[in-house]
Amino acid sequence: MADVETHQYDVVIIGAGGAGLRAAVESLSLGARTALVCKSLLGKAHTVMAEGGVAAALGNVWPQDNWQVHFRDTMRGGKMLNNWRMAQLHAEQAPDRVLELEEWGALFDRTPDGRILQRDFGGHRYARLAHVGDRTGLEMIRTLQHRAVDLGIDVYMECKIVRLLNDGDGAVNGALGFWRDSGRFVAFGAKSVVLATGGVGKTWKFTSNSWESTGDGHALALWAGADLIDMECVQFHPTGMVWPPSARGLLVTEGVRGDGGVLRNREGERFMFNYITPYFAAETADTPEEADKWYDDKEGSRRPPELLPRDEVARAINTEVKAERGSPHGGVFLDIATRRSAEEIKRRLPSMYHQFKQLADVDITAEPMEVGPTLHYIMGGVRVEADTEATTVGGLYAAGEVAGGMHGANRLGGNSLSDLLVFGRLAGRAAAESALGGAKASQLDDALVADISGHALEFFGNDGGENPYTLHQELQDTMQSLVGIIRTEAELREAKERLGELSERAKKVFVEGNRSFNPGWHLALDLESMLGCAWCTTLAAIERKESRGGHTREDYPKPDPELEKVNMVCRLRDGAYTVTPEQKPVMPSELRKLFEEDQS
Amino acid sequence: MTAGTDVAGAAPRADAHAAPPGGGELRMRIWRGDANGGDFVEYRLPALEGEVVLDVVHRIQATQAGDLAVRWNCKAGKCGSCSAEINGRPRLMCMTRMSTLPPGEPVTISPMRAFPVMRDLVTDVSYNYEVAKLIPAFVPRPKPPGGYRMAQVDIERGQEFHKCIECFLCQNTCHVIRDHEENKEHFAGPRFFVRLAELEMHPLDTLDRRLYTSERMGIGYCNITKCCTEVCPEDIHITDNAIIPLKERVVDARFDPVAWLGRKILRRPAPTSAAQVAPYTGAARRALRQQGDQAPA
Repeated sequence: MADVETHQYDVVIIGAGGAGLRAAVESLSLGARTALVCKSLLGKAHTVMAEGGVAAALGNVWPQDNWQVHFRDTMRGGKMLNNWRMAQLHAEQAPDRVLELEEWGALFDRTPDGRILQRDFGGHRYARLAHVGDRTGLEMIRTLQHRAVDLGIDVYMECKIVRLLNDGDGAVNGALGFWRDSGRFVAFGAKSVVLATGGVGKTWKFTSNSWESTGDGHALALWAGADLIDMECVQFHPTGMVWPPSARGLLVTEGVRGDGGVLRNREGERFMFNYITPYFAAETADTPEEADKWYDDKEGSRRPPELLPRDEVARAINTEVKAERGSPHGGVFLDIATRRSAEEIKRRLPSMYHQFKQLADVDITAEPMEVGPTLHYIMGGVRVEADTEATTVGGLYAAGEVAGGMHGANRLGGNSLSDLLVFGRLAGRAAAESALGGAKASQLDDALVADISGHALEFFGNDGGENPYTLHQELQDTMQSLVGIIRTEAELREAKERLGELSERAKKVFVEGNRSFNPGWHLALDLESMLGCAWCTTLAAIERKESRGGHTREDYPKPDPELEKVNMVCRLRDGAYTVTPEQKPVMPSELRKLFEEDQS
Repeated sequence: MTAGTDVAGAAPRADAHAAPPGGGELRMRIWRGDANGGDFVEYRLPALEGEVVLDVVHRIQATQAGDLAVRWNCKAGKCGSCSAEINGRPRLMCMTRMSTLPPGEPVTISPMRAFPVMRDLVTDVSYNYEVAKLIPAFVPRPKPPGGYRMAQVDIERGQEFHKCIECFLCQNTCHVIRDHEENKEHFAGPRFFVRLAELEMHPLDTLDRRLYTSERMGIGYCNITKCCTEVCPEDIHITDNAIIPLKERVVDARFDPVAWLGRKILRRPAPTSAAQVAPYTGAARRALRQQGDQAPA
């Protein structure tokens, strides 16, 4: 390559959160030359923000728990839209992945007999989440980071990938990015590329997601010709901070409810009892007495309605606020202060205590928190083959939030961290095995590299053009107001119109200054990714004419049994987005039995 | 419904978030420049309710200086990216509320001083990632049938150290390296003494890093002024709980006559020296791998 810094590897992994790091560890231990490329510094990825825990049927607290129960909870939580094979692999392998972290130095909270303690979370039949207080993600990322460093990983930090490269026949053979520091381009040649770039949260206005969550991997896959599925299925976490304005959207862990916290409206009513849907009625307590007993007696009582899956709780809060029964700043109250001792709250939820004390001046051991829904996660993503995480494009793999299918229409809390570990490992393994098993490195295409870098630099020449920050805000406003928790055909079509305008304006974004660590330029490029994802979500949401999990249509309030059988597949062909319903894999009968025996 | 009415009545106090006095206008003096030099540039903008310093920096970016370089990720005090010096004090921008700063006075923000400036508020913190590669890895004892057991009480000290978000404010404030670039060669800094302490006190770890801590990591340079502890946003008692116990253990490893006698009688291995521990570091494994060998198991 004439004047572009170039590196050649067996496996290049894009993204250094839980999935990327776990993939790197696997690839390295199989002996593949592996590079990890990330947009931020190592150890800062969005995984550090995960709080409550990692779901795995270890059976340490409730011996009755096993992978079949976890599998069933996951599928029902996802309203059966999940890829059954991914959900099975996930439930089967999560315990080993958690125990492995312990061998690498992680310190999970303990049971009295010295094993890994597990906590209750929404949608999980038994206490299942291995955790470290309420900073489990930090423990996980740091453990994996140390492990990867011990194995001698090559890390390219603060390096943003702009496009994937291909061999001319459509198969991916590398990636082109630039150093954020200098703005100089850098090319990676690879036999396998793993996308582990996380989510799309920054496309919405109120989100729990960090700066990096701009859907880069979703967009890179789309541009490379890969299929995305179920992009309409995004998760609004029920409890984000609503006040002060600058903290709006910050996550309040589900662990607060898992540890006994309850939701109340301004009248003090524990309103979740009014929102128990028939789907979950048989397994949900209908009186506060029964609900309170459940924490200690899983067999004799049913789960509190505060621990219904996230989509159910988020809609309930939304309804309460709309009916003007909300809190002063447009949320509802989350109360743990009257339910648990101050000492216990500080021990079990130290980060939450700290976060509210410092940012909102609220002492959660004495006062309720104000909370409301915040965009948290995208269930949809790159279509992958369950056992290998291979995408529909040669040489390209995807794992973690960027991949679709595992969580169906709604993800259960705690299933994300286990997803990262299970599928990060499988992706790293398949990518390394393919690279070591005779896959040939192909020559990078000079002309393509020149094209992409030329395009990325165009923004500096658009004098008098759009301000990227303003455009980003308009995109966020559009998605927040028109593609939110409750959707209608008319609003989705309006969103589509606006995305058309925004996409045109995005081409004219003007970036001031030079290429050295220029956040305006980075945003201009991130905007391309966010717009790609916004298009897919909006178009797929128009197409899915039913309500299922995180996708709620006011004009189609019920689930449609026929639509349970299909994924909405998004593609980009010759510059045009297409959405096609396609049959999803059918669950074998021996697994289907798990659902038939208790239609209770 | 228990406690219903008092819950509804307990709205959070608003006064703590009131915009600071002084005409409702903020004056932010932000250091702009690069490795070749720079200076403070003043930005004026209206004060808004409940903001943290990072919010104000973002507003300046969006409206007045699109290319103002700042590192940030989570804006929730969990990732440790937005470290800077606010009115001269090392802090996280995302956890510093504007209402806690002196009202009516300009707020200065400068990059961390112990690291070379890249641009504006962004510094080159690669020194820390290089030191991380020198830390001898975790080496657990063999796993017994049925898995490891550890008591909660035995892991709590380790959990305190695992709270570290790697903001590097402790490194920035440590006077051994703050104004002495030359010491970075032989001094790991408080963040990595926390890391070494976490390994040293891990119930499952078997590797003795005590002499390495002194010979290669340079713990002797620290004269326990506690500056690192003061700036830690995670309230880790770096000096008292990590550095001082490590220093004591290093002394034990070297000079304790009882331990020496014990080793003679029980034939326990002597504490490992820096040279012996070195193969366990990421740097060594990396070098091996670059020679085409497999990393040691």
